[in-house]
Amino acid sequence: MVEIITLLWNGFAIAFEPVNLMLIIGGCTVGLFIGAMPGLGSVNGVAILLPLTFLVPPTGAIMFLAAIYYGAMYGGAISSIMLGIPGASTAVATTFDGRPLAKLGMADKALTAAAVASFVGGSISVLLFTFLAPPLAHVALRFGAPEEFSLMMLAFATFIGLGGDDIPKTIFSICIGLVLAAVGLDIISGEPRLVFGNITGFLHGINFLVLAIGIYGIGEMLWTVEEHYKAGGKSMMSDAVITVQRTMANLKELLGTWKTALMGSFLGYFVGILPAAGATPGSLMAYGIAKQISHEPEKFGKGAVEGVVAPESANNAASTGSMLPMLTLGIPGSPTTAILLGGMVIWGLEPGPRLFTDHADFVWGLIASLYAANFFAVIINIAFIPAFIWVLKLPFTLLAPIIFVLCLIGGYAPTQDMHDVWLMIIFGIVGYLMRKLDYPLAPAVLAIVLGPLAEPALRQSLLISSGEFSIFFTRVYSAPIMICALILLFLPLLKPVIRLVGGRKTARR
Amino acid sequence: MIHSRRKLLGLGLALGVGLAAFGLPKTAMAFEPQKPIEFVVMAGKGGGADKAVRFMQSIIAKHKLAPVPVTPINKPGGSGAEALVYLKQKKGDNHTIMFTLNSFYTTPLRQPALGVNIENFTPVARMAEDTFCLWVNSDRKDINSVDDFVKAAKAKGKDWIMAGTGKASEDNLLTDFLNSAYGLQMKYVPYKGGGKVAKELAGNNANSTVNNPSEQLGFFEAGTTKPLACFTPERIGLFKDAPTFKEIGKDFVYFMQRTVVGAPGMSKDAASYYQGLFTKVFNSEEWQGYMKKKALQGDMLSGSALMDYWKRERDIHKQMLIKMGAIKG
Repeated sequence: MVEIITLLWNGFAIAFEPVNLMLIIGGCTVGLFIGAMPGLGSVNGVAILLPLTFLVPPTGAIMFLAAIYYGAMYGGAISSIMLGIPGASTAVATTFDGRPLAKLGMADKALTAAAVASFVGGSISVLLFTFLAPPLAHVALRFGAPEEFSLMMLAFATFIGLGGDDIPKTIFSICIGLVLAAVGLDIISGEPRLVFGNITGFLHGINFLVLAIGIYGIGEMLWTVEEHYKAGGKSMMSDAVITVQRTMANLKELLGTWKTALMGSFLGYFVGILPAAGATPGSLMAYGIAKQISHEPEKFGKGAVEGVVAPESANNAASTGSMLPMLTLGIPGSPTTAILLGGMVIWGLEPGPRLFTDHADFVWGLIASLYAANFFAVIINIAFIPAFIWVLKLPFTLLAPIIFVLCLIGGYAPTQDMHDVWLMIIFGIVGYLMRKLDYPLAPAVLAIVLGPLAEPALRQSLLISSGEFSIFFTRVYSAPIMICALILLFLPLLKPVIRLVGGRKTARR
Repeated sequence: MIHSRRKLLGLGLALGVGLAAFGLPKTAMAFEPQKPIEFVVMAGKGGGADKAVRFMQSIIAKHKLAPVPVTPINKPGGSGAEALVYLKQKKGDNHTIMFTLNSFYTTPLRQPALGVNIENFTPVARMAEDTFCLWVNSDRKDINSVDDFVKAAKAKGKDWIMAGTGKASEDNLLTDFLNSAYGLQMKYVPYKGGGKVAKELAGNNANSTVNNPSEQLGFFEAGTTKPLACFTPERIGLFKDAPTFKEIGKDFVYFMQRTVVGAPGMSKDAASYYQGLFTKVFNSEEWQGYMKKKALQGDMLSGSALMDYWKRERDIHKQMLIKMGAIKG
């Protein structure tokens, strides 16, 4: 314990060297804007800026990149809330309630909630990281394919209530998402599948962003155009005002969501640690659980502050968590940490079990920089909220084309293939029609995010067990997760029974 | 203002042309990239090939080896199929190069519908050859040699899990070799990426792997995993105790190329420009250090020597794929 604090103190000394401190602040700011641009996201930001970091010493360089990653986690919420377009998969869950809040004229509340929740998630996870890294690395190592699949089942199960009450339509939406997720390469057989007669654009599969930007960006815009037209040309983007009083009231209301923030932080951190899971399943699960444990679950999806707090605390906590397998095992927990890992190799810092002893200065400097990055990111983010609100006040006729262009860039950026841009526009139109017919779209997005993680894990597990499903119930870490998942999955069926029993009791009284 | 700028531009152009025509007659003919060089990666962001490309990009940027930026572009689809088709379509392009592994041979063989003939591509430079070893977890105190390994794997039969990086990949070929050479029935389970495979072994979720040294190095240094033997002509410096398969009576050597290839029909000048560029990268202190650290082997090959190497390797892979039943003869 004392040793850890001494090491951390040394780390702070390194992180607070003027050059490093400037790099951290600069990284946070750059990351915030990269994250706020739909489709850019931290992966592309870190990849593009990687060669630039040759100008500074390695420790500063990795601090800079980590700060970008961190800032982008804050920024992702901004486009989710303001435009309804998730900038990265980690911010999908934030759109569910962030966007409705903005439409109700409470964009400032949503943005403040996102910033504060991110700060809470970031702080708790850095503390956990500081004191609990080595034992958790051991757990992460033990996680194999069966555990991964159980975890994905849990993520799906927490979301069962997401699509409203129309179960058949929800299932339909999930299935569409799963089919789209299956396009591309079959990892087990190594063969291309569902490529519609070798259209090369389908070979890389359908990126989650193509669907998300299509239905949330293009589809949402079509929807707004229609409402705009019906409302006789009045702006549909709400006018949120910012005053000190309002901000204080928002912060006060946020205090009431501390339980949700804590839940999101811990959940996000532990899911983030697991190799290959990353921040996305964590934020989705946190949203699902927040809804399950809420006293007013019907408010979710219509503008519940908890619906912003839960995923935002979780995705920041998970982004710190995913650094753990990267540093201790050399296994990236998310695509962005994979590029960070590449960077470290370039600078001659070999991640792996020995990094903590061989390069203690670097590791603790990085951990200290996460404390600093978290602190600066929340300040920068809150400072920029009025500017973001101002953007929302632009007339719709000006805002709509800007959003459209952002969507096109966002669809093109991840794969740099026009095929995906066309696909995105098609998804936008189909998404708009599905919404008209009252199909929930969130489950489709959930499925396309989790499907590519769940499917190989399931097939690898069954390959190992020669087709026996018992493999999920006979392993130390897999069994409890799978049992929780099944309980959650059948909870909606059990609820009427519980209510019936509870009802009798009250009747007797 | 605009007028004067045009004049300046004109003057600059004239000067440039003049210099090119009179001052430097030899280089005037040579190719210089005019726009950013597109460096296609046959894998997603963060994969092994991606990391290598970004490393080379950094070396080029650090030493200012090229007058334009090098921008990596990821085409991860279909075991390299997407990247190969993309490069094929860039016929005659002088600004597109690609970084490739052994799927360069196997993917066109397995998917003839792609219409990719690797002989049409422009050979630029083979930067290294990666090696393979047979690995088990250090918890297996009973396994210290290939003989022990064979005994243990035989006892487990079909329940012995060999983790690898995809169907018909390098790892799959090596697993098939081990199965037939030692009469084993190991079950091959494909994962996404060599790092993940290495982790499965370290976490005891698989019984053995045939990782590249670089993928297991972290775990090896921490004492979590150990190499039993390597598919190399000579012992690898990092693992002095692990014999080669040749030493123990199975003459099997297998490498994975790490090669830069240019678009088909690239001009001769452009090809020699890139050959020069990557010779500089190869000779840089950083690349040499990287090769040493990652236990990479092989000299640089380029031009017709590289093309001959490709043809030879493709034939070897064809025979192996036929043998494993992935393609027909």
